[in-house]
Amino acid sequence: MSVFNLPSYVQSSFLGLVGIQLEVALGACALGLLLALPIGQLCTRLPWTYPPVLGLVTIIYSIPSIALFVVLIDYTGATYTTVFIPLTLYSLAILVPGVADAIRAVPPEVIDAADGMGYGRMRRYVAVELPVALPPLIASVRVAAVSSISLMSVGALIGNYGGLGDLLILGLHFFDQRLIWLGLITLLVLAVGCDLLLRLLQRLATPWARQRGGAA
Amino acid sequence: MIRFEDVSKEYSRGSFAVRSLSLEAPTGAITVLVGPSGCGKTTSLRMVNRLVEPTGGTILIDDVDVRAQPVTKLRRGIGYVIQHAGLFPHRTIEDNIATVPRLVGMDRRAARQRARELMDLVGLEQSMARRYPHQLSGGQQQRVGVARALAADPPVLLMDEPFSAVDPIVRKSLQEQMLRIQGEIGKTILFVTHDVDEAIKLGDKIAVLREGGLIAQFGTPQELLGSPADEFVEEFLGLDRGFRQLTFHSSDSLVLRTGPIVAQGEPIPAPRDDLPWVLVVDSDRRPVGWVSPAAPLDPLVPIGHTFRQGSDSLRAALDAAVLCEAGWAVAVDEHGGAVGVASQEDVAVAIRAARSARRPVLAEEPVA
Repeated sequence: MSVFNLPSYVQSSFLGLVGIQLEVALGACALGLLLALPIGQLCTRLPWTYPPVLGLVTIIYSIPSIALFVVLIDYTGATYTTVFIPLTLYSLAILVPGVADAIRAVPPEVIDAADGMGYGRMRRYVAVELPVALPPLIASVRVAAVSSISLMSVGALIGNYGGLGDLLILGLHFFDQRLIWLGLITLLVLAVGCDLLLRLLQRLATPWARQRGGAA
Repeated sequence: MIRFEDVSKEYSRGSFAVRSLSLEAPTGAITVLVGPSGCGKTTSLRMVNRLVEPTGGTILIDDVDVRAQPVTKLRRGIGYVIQHAGLFPHRTIEDNIATVPRLVGMDRRAARQRARELMDLVGLEQSMARRYPHQLSGGQQQRVGVARALAADPPVLLMDEPFSAVDPIVRKSLQEQMLRIQGEIGKTILFVTHDVDEAIKLGDKIAVLREGGLIAQFGTPQELLGSPADEFVEEFLGLDRGFRQLTFHSSDSLVLRTGPIVAQGEPIPAPRDDLPWVLVVDSDRRPVGWVSPAAPLDPLVPIGHTFRQGSDSLRAALDAAVLCEAGWAVAVDEHGGAVGVASQEDVAVAIRAARSARRPVLAEEPVA
């Protein structure tokens, strides 16, 4: 018996909730990054595409998640997919400008030197631009991951698809203060832990970077 | 040899960055493109490795059109050095230098070995090999830039204002080092600068460009200084081109006097009309200062700076004489001991002799 034992109406173990929370929230963030990399690259290669793309992802971000769930539930049903898709779209609002700005901040003389030494475009992107853009890029991934973790709670509104967010809703329903606090604190711990982990990753991946003004 | 044949770069209709440029940069020599900003010198340079594509004309390297091979292959065969070095911040110094060898397929170990050799060549300590660019000073970064450009041993080197972002003292040492390295490796170098002094110091040949990439004059530094083609070149070279030209005359021809030198503690000679100043030297014959026999008790007049006869030019000798309040220059040997002195008048005699012995040749017509 401990605080982590959940009543039966939660229909899941504590660790199960933590697992699904991380899987869905971080999975959405990872897919968002996978999409944002080519989109961000497009925005730097063809600068005129940047303002409309930025406008689009911002508009998507402004759509309330409830509205998206209502639309999606007809297609994907009451599943985690219905939560996963909006989270991915929301992460784009942070990651697309994050990627684009990070790549645009690569010093022009570095690009010029790479071109002058005979890098092809793809090779330059992978071997020079992306690694040099890594510190600000990881900074925006940190923001996206944390916001994805907290946004997922809303999934509880379409049934038990909010991960730890379920605890908040159920606690409210069944007047169980303990569930609310447990959900809240665990969410906080996950968000902060995830941020610290990514920060550590950044340190390890970019030993060459000086403290770039705290990197957001 | 890099040959520009009637090369133009037109940005919008009628607006030329470079117009009908024809120029030949000889093999194994430094050819400098110099001119005010907007004269198209950087554009001309960047057309050689096709970072800018010309809208007309042809550029040939050793009689082969630069468009004859894929652009990445062309660029890997041309060294490229730019103003802010453009080092890759995420790679160590040795990996920065190893960039092009790695691009052309050399394995990592061999490429790093090559990088270490180049660090020696450009005067970087081996202990810096594992550091990152931001841990180096501007001058050191620029040395890495030069080493990186030389790593794959390209026959041709393009240098775009490589030394203009460092302070004057570092710039001077980088320039001297570049001349030393060039003496060893003899590359065909195209060098862009806006600094006339740098052009004269480094250039075997200098092309002075005016706005729109038109050649105002193309010739050796002596030709430029001796007979500027027109008012534009004259004005660009400045009011001290006569003085600068003295750089090319050795101080060998200067006749030194040893009479007006006394050791410290020895009596000062009596005042004479032909002995207005006497140099006081210490026990190692190092110059201490000047004293006037007419006022032997006055404090010594400082010597300013000395010059080495033979290895320094008449410019250094004249400058020493002008700088010193007494109006005399002190020649020293390699240990700093005074070997003789010369007055401003003595230097003037040597200048006149050097001029009449070596009349400057007329400037070549620019290749049309």
